[in-house]
Amino acid sequence: MADERRPKQCSLVLPTESMKVMAESVGVGQLQEECCVALSEEVSYRIKEIAQDALKFMHHGKRRKLTTNDIDHALKLKNVEPLYGFQSQEFIPFRFASGGGRELHFYEEKEVDLSDIINTPLPRVPLDVSLKAHWLSIEGVQPAIPENPPPVSKEQQKVESTEPLKAVKPGQEEEGPVQGKGQGVTSAESKGKEKSISRLKPRSTHELSVEQQLYYKEITEACVGSCEAKRAEALQSIATDPGLYQMLPRFSTFISEGVRVNVVQNNLALLIYLMRMVKALMDNPTLYLEKYLHELIPAVVTCIVSKQLCLRPDMDNHWALRDFAARLMAQICKTFSTTNNNIQSRITKTFTKSLLDDKTQWTTRYGSIAGLAELGPDVIKTLILPRLSIEGARIKAVVEGPVISNIDKIGADHVQSLLLKHCASVIAKTRPLPDNVDQYRADYGYLGSMLCSHVVKARAQAALQAQQVNRTTLTITQPRPTLTLSQGVSTGSGPRTPNIIKVPSSLTLPVQTLVSTRPVTPAQPSPPATKYIVMSTSTAAATSPQVVISLTSSRSSSPITSTAPSSTSTLQPLVKVEHTGQSVTTPGAGGSRTLQKYIVVSLPSAVSSEVKASSLSSPSTAVDSTVKADRTELPGASTHSSH
Amino acid sequence: MPTVCDTRSEMAAVQDAPVEADNEKEIKTETLNDAAGNHASAAGGVIPSPPVASTSSSGPAKAGGPGSEEQQTLMAVLQFLKKNNFVGAVDVLRREAGILEDSDESQGQELAASALGGAEAGDATCTLSRASSCTTSTPAVAAAPAKGGEDQPDVNVVLSAYSQQGDPALYQGYYSGLKKFVESVLDCHRAELSQLFYPLFVHMYLELVYNNHETEAKAFFEKFSGDQECYYQDDLRVLSGLTKKEHMKGNETLLDFRTSKFVLRISRDSYQLLKRHLQERQNNQIWNIIQEHLYIDIFDGMPRSKSQIDSMSGSLAGEAKREANKAKVFYGLLKEPEIDVPLDDEDEEGENEEGKPKKKKPKKDSMGSKSKKQDPNAPQQNRIPLPELKDSDKLDKIMYMKEATKRIRLGPESLPSICFYTFLNAYQGLTAVDFTDDSSLIAGGFADSTVRVWSVTPKKLRSVKSAADLNLIDKESDDVLERIMDEKSASESKILYGHSGPVYGVSFSPDRNYLLSCSEDGTVRLWSLQTFTCLVGYKGHNYPVWDTQFSPYGYYFISGGHDRVARLWATDHYQPLRMFAGHLADITCTQFHPNSNYVATGSADRTVRLWDILNGNCVRIFTGHKGPIHSLAFSPNGKYLASGATDGRVLLWDIGHGLMIGELKGHTDTVYSLKFSRDGEILASGSMDNTVRLWDSIKAFDDIETDDFTAATGHIHLPENSQELLLGTYMTKSTPVIHLHFTRRNLLLAAGAYNP
Repeated sequence: MADERRPKQCSLVLPTESMKVMAESVGVGQLQEECCVALSEEVSYRIKEIAQDALKFMHHGKRRKLTTNDIDHALKLKNVEPLYGFQSQEFIPFRFASGGGRELHFYEEKEVDLSDIINTPLPRVPLDVSLKAHWLSIEGVQPAIPENPPPVSKEQQKVESTEPLKAVKPGQEEEGPVQGKGQGVTSAESKGKEKSISRLKPRSTHELSVEQQLYYKEITEACVGSCEAKRAEALQSIATDPGLYQMLPRFSTFISEGVRVNVVQNNLALLIYLMRMVKALMDNPTLYLEKYLHELIPAVVTCIVSKQLCLRPDMDNHWALRDFAARLMAQICKTFSTTNNNIQSRITKTFTKSLLDDKTQWTTRYGSIAGLAELGPDVIKTLILPRLSIEGARIKAVVEGPVISNIDKIGADHVQSLLLKHCASVIAKTRPLPDNVDQYRADYGYLGSMLCSHVVKARAQAALQAQQVNRTTLTITQPRPTLTLSQGVSTGSGPRTPNIIKVPSSLTLPVQTLVSTRPVTPAQPSPPATKYIVMSTSTAAATSPQVVISLTSSRSSSPITSTAPSSTSTLQPLVKVEHTGQSVTTPGAGGSRTLQKYIVVSLPSAVSSEVKASSLSSPSTAVDSTVKADRTELPGASTHSSH
Repeated sequence: MPTVCDTRSEMAAVQDAPVEADNEKEIKTETLNDAAGNHASAAGGVIPSPPVASTSSSGPAKAGGPGSEEQQTLMAVLQFLKKNNFVGAVDVLRREAGILEDSDESQGQELAASALGGAEAGDATCTLSRASSCTTSTPAVAAAPAKGGEDQPDVNVVLSAYSQQGDPALYQGYYSGLKKFVESVLDCHRAELSQLFYPLFVHMYLELVYNNHETEAKAFFEKFSGDQECYYQDDLRVLSGLTKKEHMKGNETLLDFRTSKFVLRISRDSYQLLKRHLQERQNNQIWNIIQEHLYIDIFDGMPRSKSQIDSMSGSLAGEAKREANKAKVFYGLLKEPEIDVPLDDEDEEGENEEGKPKKKKPKKDSMGSKSKKQDPNAPQQNRIPLPELKDSDKLDKIMYMKEATKRIRLGPESLPSICFYTFLNAYQGLTAVDFTDDSSLIAGGFADSTVRVWSVTPKKLRSVKSAADLNLIDKESDDVLERIMDEKSASESKILYGHSGPVYGVSFSPDRNYLLSCSEDGTVRLWSLQTFTCLVGYKGHNYPVWDTQFSPYGYYFISGGHDRVARLWATDHYQPLRMFAGHLADITCTQFHPNSNYVATGSADRTVRLWDILNGNCVRIFTGHKGPIHSLAFSPNGKYLASGATDGRVLLWDIGHGLMIGELKGHTDTVYSLKFSRDGEILASGSMDNTVRLWDSIKAFDDIETDDFTAATGHIHLPENSQELLLGTYMTKSTPVIHLHFTRRNLLLAAGAYNP
């Protein structure tokens, strides 16, 4: 049993090459091979000894990570002078280089100009230690407050909804009648052992405590109320609060019923509010919505394709709602679609059916096209592009034909611009050059000429971006809702942001927090590229507009331009700070606030700038995970700042 | 400082202690010799020629063994001293050694403590070579691992035991031969004989390394290291690095192996099987190792099962010898002083003025009979001189009693509420936490060398005004005690600067006037919570001090650290009163017994030891943990001890019988904190795995049967029910639980640093 656990411990010895290199670095030119061997064995032994001592300091420091200070203390135990000035908060960025038959790992120390240091303003003093009390348990029951972890982890909710027989309710997971009170989350392993699969699924009680009922009332009222500030707060709470699990059925019904009623009454504003609630629920990292999709999806689809969503279809901007809901739908598909439930294919079928129907109204047509288009370029290519000429003819009939109604005309206009927006980018990537207007007209009919100009524009922009920056990092911001109504994400981030980054001036810190939250982020089906975005309103001018924080070996220290295309060797996390002013999107974030983002991107080995075009799923999953990472950060951060 | 004055007389008593100790020792020697004799006769009765008698080599595995080995080492030391002309030291050592040889031999390794006597003796006979590497006249006791150049002679003595030559190529054959034999024996013996593998493996490997057979050693290690029990992995990792003879000097783990005999408990039948096998095969190599490096504790009766063995093994030096846990331990509680909860304070003062002298003077017997019956297991009231109660202490006692009447009775049906104190923005730097007994203050030790004190009540922390300001105060006024406090600087928290390394332990004095902290810089500091300044720096440990703890009665405190010695101090002495030596690795945690007569220390050698403060003897050795021990807790009635280790398990011990009585499995990472509820019904454990767990301790203690047989042999069957004992698990949000504390009303307070 112990065999496989233990690797061969004997054989770990530093290579003699290292000895030679080190000897050279201190000026000893030729070192005998025997000396190298003897030295490397001795050095390996001493290093192991020191590491073992350093572990003691780690244990007594009550940490899980060994730090450079531990090594220093271990050296001190052996009466060896510690290494001065070798401070590293998180991990040590060793660089790798090879050449001349040698491979080296080294720690890059940049030369620092003293005057630079003197002239830079002092960093803000880190927040002082403070003490905060909360109830971990009240008479044996853990209250669901933000300071406590979510009562039911997301994985568990997922298991519960996908494998209902195995799942166990949180309150009943401990055996025996006596422990009924001892509620809590036991470690995964103890659960795994005792649960027999044959056990019947216990009946769940859906009783809410008084506090939860109050909360539900407050939140729902705020969400559909008239006060925008309150709504932002409520949505923020829905998106971050870890204790909502038990209230999910309530929220789900609330949304579904609300949509049903308000569609009939054509109350656009309320529908928008309800969709924003769906979005907030989706954003909550502790919730797994699978079980409630049967209520949520019809509501969302209604908001996409309903014939009429508002009282004055000619005036109100119900198109934005359709766009927003379509985006939500796409997100739902990406998160929850499996081979079992086939959500995506069923949704696609629904949209296609109404698209093919000749009698479909322009509003519904717009919705189904938007819904399909959000599902990704592949869907556009297979389902929308072939229909371009037919749709073009239909639009032409309305635009150039006799004026039937103003509403139809507006609808046709919107469909046209929607088609152009989505198709142009797809065509730009798939269709070979040259872009000939006549050819386009032949292929796509009425829309051909306009499409051609859009495609040319798209190509030009793509070329520009490829030159300038690897824009994959930017595209991830695009799927953010572009509703003119300010969205939960952007409004919420305003007051919260100072919490996220406690020391805005030290650039290492956000990275730290990001890295360390990684275990907290729910296990997504790991996307090839991991991205984290932390938004902050930069108050001080501590950071220059564009700074590259090199976590590992970025070949050049100049801005990002050259990194991505040339990277063939290793995963290269790179951190980028940028102002939203430069990015092409997020109109929701007003220009008054300078939003600053730290974007950490770790690129897989073969990534090039073509990644945009490559796959349907990967960029969007990455988006999901960015949102998640963003979210998980928050509750903790808010805990931080309360003093 | 009032304490100092009050306790001066006590100190005299403490310094007299050596005399008492000597008296005690004579009695003890007799009893222990008896025990040893009985043991020897019991063990040697059946076999006509026990292995001890048959070999003339130095280290026979019987009661006389350690003594003669001891002597050998002492002789070596003497020669070394003579060679270097340390005449004085030789004399001192001769004198000391003379006493030592008379003294009880089974306690030989703990002689350090008994030799110490008082603080004055400390400098001459500072026994731990590490602790005293500054003094040149250091007679190093064999038990103490040597460190540094000047201890080389000792190391050589120690190592030379490995010099015997055997054909290196045959080692693998020997070992696999034994393995085959063990696999072929009956099931009931196999588990017992399997215990031999690990020590044999280690010693054979070390012999190979010592004799410069590097390649053979490596091959041997690779071939057989996989067979060893997984809980020895840490030691194997150390061993694996060690491939040269030169490495062996100064490697502590290795010296531990050599200097301490690995103790095995084997039934007589199994032992005879083994002996017969080795004699048949003429396997002298293995036999020699068994003779020299192993101590086989033979018992009559059924061989133990694998689970029984596994539960007790895992320590650096095998199990504890049975006789090591035979000494009588007075685990009962001291009688509480008689304080009636008064209606008004005037009354109570007068009463206690009379009560106090009574307690101290011989009259106390009549007092004892008058009050509730004396616990037969309790030590005498003045066995350890304790500080007298001050008026403020009495007030506090009254408060305590009042609070106690409001205490919630806990149990499986009524679990405590847990209030969690989260340290924010600690940046991974929080290393130690302590609460005052009345839960009004919380102290944190940090890696940045600071100690911070917070008030968790609305009452702010105030320090006394400066001397100049104090002069201006009207000393006659009624509220003079209020007036001396500086309101201007009152704040919720105070920072104490003084250490020059991470602070690994903090402890409040029971009267809340002082705070102790120990640090990587090797000092223990005493801080005043009136002035928030450092009063004393106690120097003695030259290496990091991992833990320190105030006595429940104040005045005394214990510290333990990397130098493997636990020291008992009194606040008004700058040198230790007692040194407890015997652990084979760092002392990682310390805890006072509720009656203040004993201290428990947990160590990285994976044993817990209980020391008698009166004479410095080690009275209990508890083995069974599989990793360094990081937390200890006595039950409020003093009968039981709980210990938690890096392996995530909590073990429960019966102090009176010296037995393991329970194993609580559930944590997945180091248990950094343990605490019994005020009435002892619930054991709370806090761990690195971000959980607080509550255990039903009443049930755990009731379930075990302590019949005479188990008590006599120490072979326990652990009930496999630790999941039933688990009452609750409470997950924190990425906050390791570093400290737990039950308030006087049985509210559980927990503390840790948020670790995003």
